[in-house]
Amino acid sequence: MNSLLLHIAKNEWKSLLRGKWVVGYALIFLLLTDSLLRFGGGGPEALLSLSNVMLLFIPLVGMIYGILYIYQSREFIELLLTQPIDRKVLFWGLFAGIATPLMLAFVIGSLLPLGWHGILLLDAAASSMVLGLGAVLTLIFVSLGFLFGLAFYDDRIKGFGFTIVVWLFLAILYDGLVLMLVFMFGQYRLERFVIAVSMLNPIDLARIMVMLEFDISALMGYTGAVFNRFFGSNMGIIMASGMLTLWLAIPTWIGLRVFKKKDF
Amino acid sequence: MTCGEIMKLILYIAALLTGFLLITESALAQIKVSPEGPITSIQAGIDQASARDTVTVLAGTYHENNIEITRPITLRGIERPVIDGNGEGTIMVIRADSVTVQGFGLKNTGRSYIRDYTAILIDQASDFVVEDNHLYNVFFGIYLAETDRGVVRNNHIESYDRREASSGNGIHLWNVRNPEIIGNRVTGMRDGIYLEFAENARIHSNVSNGNNRYGLHYMFSNGGTYYDNTFRENGAGVAVMYSEDVDMKNNLFEHNWGSSSYGLLLKDMRQSTIEGNRFYKNTVAIYSESSTNIQIKRNHIEQNGWAVNIKSSSARNYFTENNFIQNSFDVRTDSPRNNNVFEGNYWSNYEGYDLDRDGIGDVPYRPVSLFSVIIEKQPESLILMRSMFIRLLDTAERIMPVLTPKTLYDEQPKMHRIP
Repeated sequence: MNSLLLHIAKNEWKSLLRGKWVVGYALIFLLLTDSLLRFGGGGPEALLSLSNVMLLFIPLVGMIYGILYIYQSREFIELLLTQPIDRKVLFWGLFAGIATPLMLAFVIGSLLPLGWHGILLLDAAASSMVLGLGAVLTLIFVSLGFLFGLAFYDDRIKGFGFTIVVWLFLAILYDGLVLMLVFMFGQYRLERFVIAVSMLNPIDLARIMVMLEFDISALMGYTGAVFNRFFGSNMGIIMASGMLTLWLAIPTWIGLRVFKKKDF
Repeated sequence: MTCGEIMKLILYIAALLTGFLLITESALAQIKVSPEGPITSIQAGIDQASARDTVTVLAGTYHENNIEITRPITLRGIERPVIDGNGEGTIMVIRADSVTVQGFGLKNTGRSYIRDYTAILIDQASDFVVEDNHLYNVFFGIYLAETDRGVVRNNHIESYDRREASSGNGIHLWNVRNPEIIGNRVTGMRDGIYLEFAENARIHSNVSNGNNRYGLHYMFSNGGTYYDNTFRENGAGVAVMYSEDVDMKNNLFEHNWGSSSYGLLLKDMRQSTIEGNRFYKNTVAIYSESSTNIQIKRNHIEQNGWAVNIKSSSARNYFTENNFIQNSFDVRTDSPRNNNVFEGNYWSNYEGYDLDRDGIGDVPYRPVSLFSVIIEKQPESLILMRSMFIRLLDTAERIMPVLTPKTLYDEQPKMHRIP
């Protein structure tokens, strides 16, 4: 069963490499990270800029390619479905086939310049955090893309439109809503509420983890005891990682269920 | 010259020499205090000494308090003898001019909420030297009251009472003139170095870290200067208040974290200079309230939460040629007006361009971001830091300032770091 999964994934990888865009994706991150380090001043600053780009683009790219892949390999999927293959294996094979190259493209593309500029050794914790978060976000949003692809299997326009709207909402509008809520209910004690709300958005979660790494001295200045306790302890990091894991598990699980039951 | 005259001369010279020798002998009188005797108490040794004598104390532990020095003598410890106050009262009081105390270990003073028990108290004296002493578990460390001139040099003061109310200050200056505080290390006290009504203090090369309140606390002390000091991980950083003509140069303020912690807090300060200092990873690097005519130049302000928090009560302060590098927020203020000048600084958050290549950005930099105004109003929104939405708002606000102070900008932001 595992060899079959690997076989499917390998097949995907080959076609991806033939398409070359995944190489281009890695090159973009390579050039970006290198130029940030070369022209953008010191290590932490470049890492911060890299994480900004990562927080914005990885969700978009992950989702678009997730859904695109479902649409593109429609014939391939349907062909495989006629074979005596467990649907679960097929799903994981497809998922691994698209998610791992994307993840590796980001990690390798950013890792190499970080390595040759010596930041990897200098700021090991911060760089591994940025790379790790990028990898997890890739997985999460590819699985979301898969989910939308399967949900709107026959209506591509709707599928793409939905993807873009979800990205826009999670990456930008969500924070606007949070800000609005904060100002609407400013009279109340909002610290817990705000933390809880931010936990519901994977991009916000990743952003908060980056913030914990880079802006700790500003956060320590916040007067609210709840924030201080939350950010000051390891609890914050543990809870945020837990929520990210949930964000990875739930869409994948739903996607798998849909894929299993779907009448293609 | 006759034979008799020669004899007379010889006698005369001999008498002179003997007299001279006697004088030098008495001036060099070495009184030895040692656990083995004959003199076993430091106070007894001091009592036997006359002016300008040296009392040498050999290694050992002496259980004494309230040692009083009332004549100008030198008290010197050999191989750091320890004076243990046994947790009662003050250990040593200097009440005479030109006293030197050198090379002791002092520990366990009394602690009190009413009286300032001290390891070494210098009371109404001048020209003293307190040097190379190690103080441990003391309430107040070295206390200068109504003194003139005098040097406190290379002492180590360490105590581990974490409560602010029940710990005293490391080096405490009250109503003194021309003190020199050099090369001391103070840890775990309430304030590392505390000045109240100190005129022309020179404080340099000290390290003050891990104190419960301020590393350095300056009150009503005009005309002083402090430079080359390190203030690290103090509960509330450094506070300089109600003084004028204070020079603060080349100090290092770092890792002062907390909701009421500042690298450097200025309150009611006038005509002072802050130059060449480095502020690194503080919650707020420079906080200013009701301060006027302060020159803040050539400082290096890096990776702080807020680089500058300036209240609207501050006016005519001049920020120039500073490096603002990777601070989460550059400037925070509570007023839409601006009464201070920011000019010719380097801001790492500046996104402008320099078409004529003269090293100065062509568009002004606005160091107060919309987000910092939002946080001022609604602190919970801090959780949105670095989000795309906030960045869009900030950019829009920079182009068309509405809520941020319209007149607070740097017209000549440098394109490159100032060396």
